[in-house]
Parts: sequence; structure tokens; C-alpha cells
Amino acid sequence: MTAFLALLTRDMRLAVRVGGGALIGALFYLIVVVMMPFAIGPDLNLLGRIGPAILWLGALLASLLALDRLFATDNDDGSLDLLMMSAMPLELAVVAKGIAHWLTTALPLIVITPVLGLMLNVDLPAMGWVALTLLAGTPALTFIGLIGAALSVALRRGGLLLAILVLPLTIPVLIFGVSAANAAIVGPAPFGPPFTILCALSLASLVLGPFAAAAVLRQGQE
Amino acid sequence: MQLRSENLTCERGGRTVFAGVNFTVDSGAALVVTGRNGAGKSTLLRVLAGLLRIASGRLELTGGANEATLPEQAHYLGHLDAVKPSLSVRENLTFWASYLGAPHGAPMDPALDAVGLGHLADLPAAYLSAGQKRRLSIARLVAVKRPVWLLDEPTSALDSQSQDRLAALMADHRATGGMIVAAAHGPIGLESFSELKMGQS
Repeated sequence: MTAFLALLTRDMRLAVRVGGGALIGALFYLIVVVMMPFAIGPDLNLLGRIGPAILWLGALLASLLALDRLFATDNDDGSLDLLMMSAMPLELAVVAKGIAHWLTTALPLIVITPVLGLMLNVDLPAMGWVALTLLAGTPALTFIGLIGAALSVALRRGGLLLAILVLPLTIPVLIFGVSAANAAIVGPAPFGPPFTILCALSLASLVLGPFAAAAVLRQGQE
Repeated sequence: MQLRSENLTCERGGRTVFAGVNFTVDSGAALVVTGRNGAGKSTLLRVLAGLLRIASGRLELTGGANEATLPEQAHYLGHLDAVKPSLSVRENLTFWASYLGAPHGAPMDPALDAVGLGHLADLPAAYLSAGQKRRLSIARLVAVKRPVWLLDEPTSALDSQSQDRLAALMADHRATGGMIVAAAHGPIGLESFSELKMGQS
């Protein structure tokens, strides 16, 4: 447990210090959502209707932004070797890094989401629902992304490869995230089923992601 | 305690790096691995650290903690220092100490003083020189007690004063029953040691 917390706090510290990527994701998300009305035009009804989809797509891309360096920096400076030599299983180390990444990248993005409703003609209570779906769905994005991050460790310029590998796997999260948000805002479909499936996707990836990522990292040492 | 290797063979990318490596290291003993470049010295240390798979042969550590594996009882000092530039010297060491299993709340100052970095404890590691980073990495071995030290050319980037400090640390470690396996091209300050020549088949 000490080792788990030590790694979690170290990664959060690294993210908020110079050269860390803590707010990059949130800023990228902000700029994508702000640009959208300029591209689509001042059609308030249209913006209100596609608003949740824009927010979800922005969150999806933003959460991948800092992910490609997650294990690569540890690999480059030799930390990854030592991470493997602890009594704590590598799977748990991967979980700690994933949680730190979610707290520093996805959480700020969820916090600013309600404000962005202004740009997309979605009212404040509805934005609360969108933020709730993001809260339930972004852990899935992070923990699926861990697998891609582990795969891109040994590759230079692995960022694009990461996006190509990971984005197709996140399609179910996107589908159920947007449909839950839409159900909450305009109806008539009930909010419950897509939202619970979204939670299930997050929980499943929380379990599967670390095992897959740790297996990939071990294989990468060969 | 005893570290024993029987007919150890390692393959990488379909090529045999070394085969049939035999040695034993007892408590308090040191083994220096020598050989030309590419002979497999670093690979052998990475195998001992559990970072590379053994193709065939046996490797065992007897007489240590019951359920701990060899990597969990070993320190690996590789070519890379595992130092994060944006953390301070003390934060770097505290992290590795608690991650690798030092008792909670143990003070880091004795370990930093042992490598001569006590006065730089609060400096971001980005400002350290190559030799100072190396010393910070060595402080890890002092802060967390593990019986086996795997050192890959430990004296690289160290000045003569730091080499003397490292020699004293290694002597202390052996005096308390620790073992050292080191890869080296020249003398690294060990008083007595056995030698394993790689690349002679």
C-alpha cells in the first residue's frame, strides 16, 4: 500500500510540475469546444442538439493527449526497470499510474465542462448531466489507453500509433456516453440503461486494462 | 545466503547472448563480471534483476527472506539513473525508498550524506551533474536494505572521491552479509572478489 501511494503521489507531482502534462488535456478540450461553434455557425438549436457529442469527442481526444508519454518517460530514464523490481505487482503499479493520470488529466476536464455549456447552448442543469456521464466514462478511456501507452513504450513517436490503436476500442464508451447524455437532456429514451452500461465499461476496463498493459510492458523488456 | 547460477543461458532476438554461465556468490562475497563489449555483462545483470527471461538453466537465491523473489531482494544500478529532473533530490530518493520497501517515515538524510548529497537535498534534480545523479541513484541502495546489489559499471561518471565513497559503501554492505555482482571494465574498488569472464566459449 505504501508503494502504491508513493507511486500515485509521485506521478501526480510530476504531472503538475514543470514539463508535466496536467492541464494540457483540459486546455486542449477547452479550445476544441470553443472552436466548434465558429465552424458550425450560430444555429443555437443545432448546437444544443450536438453539444453533448462535441463535448464527448473533445474529452476523448484530450484524454489521449498526454497518455503516450505515461510509460515512455519511465522507460527512458530507467525507472521502469525499478518499478518491476518491487514486491508490489506491476499490475498495481499500472493502476496507480492510471489513477494519477485520470486525476490530473480527466478530472480538470470534467470540472470545466459545466462552464463550456455557454458555448454550445446547453443549459446548466443539462451540462451537469453531461459532466456526470464524463465522470462515469472517462476512467474507461484512461484505462483502455494504458494498453496503448504500454505498446508505444519502445517506439519513438508512438503518439499517433497510440491514437490509432486506442481510439477504435473507445467507440463503445463514446456511443453510450453520448446516448446517456442525450437521454438526460432531450429524452425520450431513459437515462438509466446507457449510463449503467457506461459504468460497466469503466469497471471492466479498470480490471482488464492494467493486466493487459502490465503484460505488454513485461514483453517489451525482452 | 547464497546466489547460485547453473548453466544459465539467455537469448535475445533469436540470438544466444551467453550460454552455460555458472557461478556462486556467498554472503559477503563479490563477483566481478568482465568481458569485451557485447559479451553479455549487462544482459547477465538484467537477467539477475528479473528483467529478462532465462532461456534455460537455473538461478536461485537460497537462505534469504522466505517468499521474496530474487528481484525483490536485489538492487539494480543500471546505466540509467532513474532520477526525475522535476523532483527535488530528497523527493526522488524518498519515492524510491518507499516504493522499494523502506519502513514508512524513515529519514533519508543518512543515505544522502553517505553519497555526499546532503547539502543539495532540496535542489531539483534537473540541476545535478551526471556524477551527482549517479550518486543519487546509489543513495537508493543505502536507503533500502536489500541483500543483493547488481551494479552495472557503477563507477562511470564518478570522480575519485565518490569512487572512494562507493568503495566504502560496498565494503559496509559486504560486512553486513550483502552480496555484490558488478559488471566492470576496470577496478571499481572492491577489496577481494572472484571474477567471471564472459564471452569465452
